[in-house]
Amino acid sequence: MDKTWNNKAWFMVLPVLVLVAFNAIIPLMTVVNYSVQETFGNNLFFFEGVKWFQEVLNSPRFHSSLLRQFAFTGLILLIEVPLGVAVALAMPRSGPWVAVCLVLMSLPLLIPWNVVGAMWNIFALPDIGLLGYVINAMGISYNFTSQPLSAWFTVVLMDVWHWTSLVVLLAYAGLVSIPDAYYQAAKIDGASRWSVFRFIQLPKMKRVLTIAVLLRFMDSFMVYTEPFVLTGGGPGNATTFLSIDLVKAALGEFNLGIAAAMSIIYFLMTLLVSWLFYTLMTQSEAEG
Amino acid sequence: MDLSWMAWTWQTATFFGVILLLLVGMTVWEWASPGGAPRHGILGLDTTRGDRLFISLLGSAYIHLAWLGLVGPNLWWALALSIVYAIGVFRFV
Amino acid sequence: MTSVKEGLGDKRSDVLMREQTTPPPASNAAGLRSASVMSGRGREARFLWLVPTVYIIFLMLPIYWLLNMSFKTTNEILGGFSLWPRSFTVASYVEILTNPVWYNGYISSISYVFINTAISVSVALPAAYAFSRYRFLGDKHLFFWLLTNRMAPPAVFALPFYQLYSAINLFDTPWAVALAHCLFNIPLAVWILEGFMSGVPKEIDETAFIDGYSWPRFFVKIFMPLIASGIGVTAFFCFMFSWVELLLAKTLTSVAAKPIAAVMTRTASTSGYELGLLAAAGVLTIVPGAIVIWFVRNYIAKGFALGRV
Repeated sequence: MDKTWNNKAWFMVLPVLVLVAFNAIIPLMTVVNYSVQETFGNNLFFFEGVKWFQEVLNSPRFHSSLLRQFAFTGLILLIEVPLGVAVALAMPRSGPWVAVCLVLMSLPLLIPWNVVGAMWNIFALPDIGLLGYVINAMGISYNFTSQPLSAWFTVVLMDVWHWTSLVVLLAYAGLVSIPDAYYQAAKIDGASRWSVFRFIQLPKMKRVLTIAVLLRFMDSFMVYTEPFVLTGGGPGNATTFLSIDLVKAALGEFNLGIAAAMSIIYFLMTLLVSWLFYTLMTQSEAEG
Repeated sequence: MDLSWMAWTWQTATFFGVILLLLVGMTVWEWASPGGAPRHGILGLDTTRGDRLFISLLGSAYIHLAWLGLVGPNLWWALALSIVYAIGVFRFV
Repeated sequence: MTSVKEGLGDKRSDVLMREQTTPPPASNAAGLRSASVMSGRGREARFLWLVPTVYIIFLMLPIYWLLNMSFKTTNEILGGFSLWPRSFTVASYVEILTNPVWYNGYISSISYVFINTAISVSVALPAAYAFSRYRFLGDKHLFFWLLTNRMAPPAVFALPFYQLYSAINLFDTPWAVALAHCLFNIPLAVWILEGFMSGVPKEIDETAFIDGYSWPRFFVKIFMPLIASGIGVTAFFCFMFSWVELLLAKTLTSVAAKPIAAVMTRTASTSGYELGLLAAAGVLTIVPGAIVIWFVRNYIAKGFALGRV
């Protein structure tokens, strides 16, 4: 659509600008200020330069939570994206079942995140939870509060449960937008089911799948509440992801300098991914 | 209202002042020659000069972090490197 | 005048028609069926419904378990594993609905969620209109900056938020949480609304202005009814994202405005085995979402199709 050049449109954006700036810029400035100083409470601060940044960049604790974060994000992307596409491909395209499927599948997305954690806690308890009980009954020792491997399994399964539907909904929205004519053409050419998927459905889903991958990347990158409620970051530090580590440092240990430096590094990472996301989106829109 | 909790220092104030000046400068530039000089650069992206400023600043932040993590706390070299990088971005991207 | 109004009416029904096609047209289904039949794998297609069914069963299992626990007595829960409540009780629900610690949690959650949704949608409406209709100095960068706030981890902001809202004397009120949630809900609202508004032909605006409508009157009388479903979807997503967030809500409250989520986590960590209560409280937090989603079911796919959630 052709848009008119009109700088007065700024007045329409002003309320949004003021509210978001109040919430985003003041805290961000504060975090930058904290990141270069040492405090002993009572608002007494001493300038420390880049000491905290150096400490964070060289701290094994930060490295390991960063590593865990990437492992978690990679793992859930590898599971959720193919699974979501498979479910979307198998879903009916019309009829009364579509609405039922959509509503039931959206349900996990709309549950408060701490309830998701609490629900999975109850579900996975080894003695009285369905999941824990069944796994232990099969002769596999499973206890997510004491075994790191079980904890990881539960956290990943919980995220798959919670967010795969987002991929399903996005992929499904991409699929139903494919015109019938494409399938007719494929039929005439005698294409196999695989080539229909590979040469018609996949290219048409490219845009929504890009969105799905990036959204899942970012949201899993800032995951906090669900694993925190489920495992508290444990056993030990086994499921301490970046956000959990950050909140521990900031509000638990009140280590302002370290927490602020971590926040900035963390924020820069998400800024890079946001930029990639926005660029990919707008450039693909420009190409049609 | 008490603002002491924000813990300003002259160093960080200068930093934000420079950023603010850059934004004001970009606005004036855009006002003087509208359109943002769009082009298709070597990264295969369509960028305007605002995009180029953003790429320069974000890249500089990463250069500083990398220098701090890999070399040491003397960041003047990182700053010099960032300026070279920014010139490169404005020239080619 | 009348002819213009009729013209508007036509366009309006046209837009509505387009929205009603959100559920996929039947022809697609026929197309896909023929696509799978022609590949000679009709048997495979016949069992295709198994995939979504199994997936949905997987989704429902933990929810069933939560329901199951919420109807058990504490003795039964501690007594051991059972697939359904042997001695059915609603005691946990009664406790939550009569104990002020619990139901106040719901009241404060709902109040900040409503305040936030109202603020987010009302300030996002004109902004989204500006983004969808006009170009202005720095518009794209402004839009990007708004989006980065949807993507930024709340953990980064938790600590300064605590100090910021203490400094302006809003700490431990629903207003603090409502304003803080604007950080990600306003960008989200602008993003979704912009998508819906761009679907409305620009001629409608121009006709109305020629017709002598002032901008505010045009916006409220003509434009907002046209994107009513979009406003509904936006309000729904603002409601949900404010409803599901815990980190900021917990950081910005202590006693008076403690959200239900924080009441739950405290119960979980201090009193250990009040699982029945915890489960019942969990079930009650799912209910609002389940009700609201039923009303917007036909628009959800579209909201996601815009890729804006």
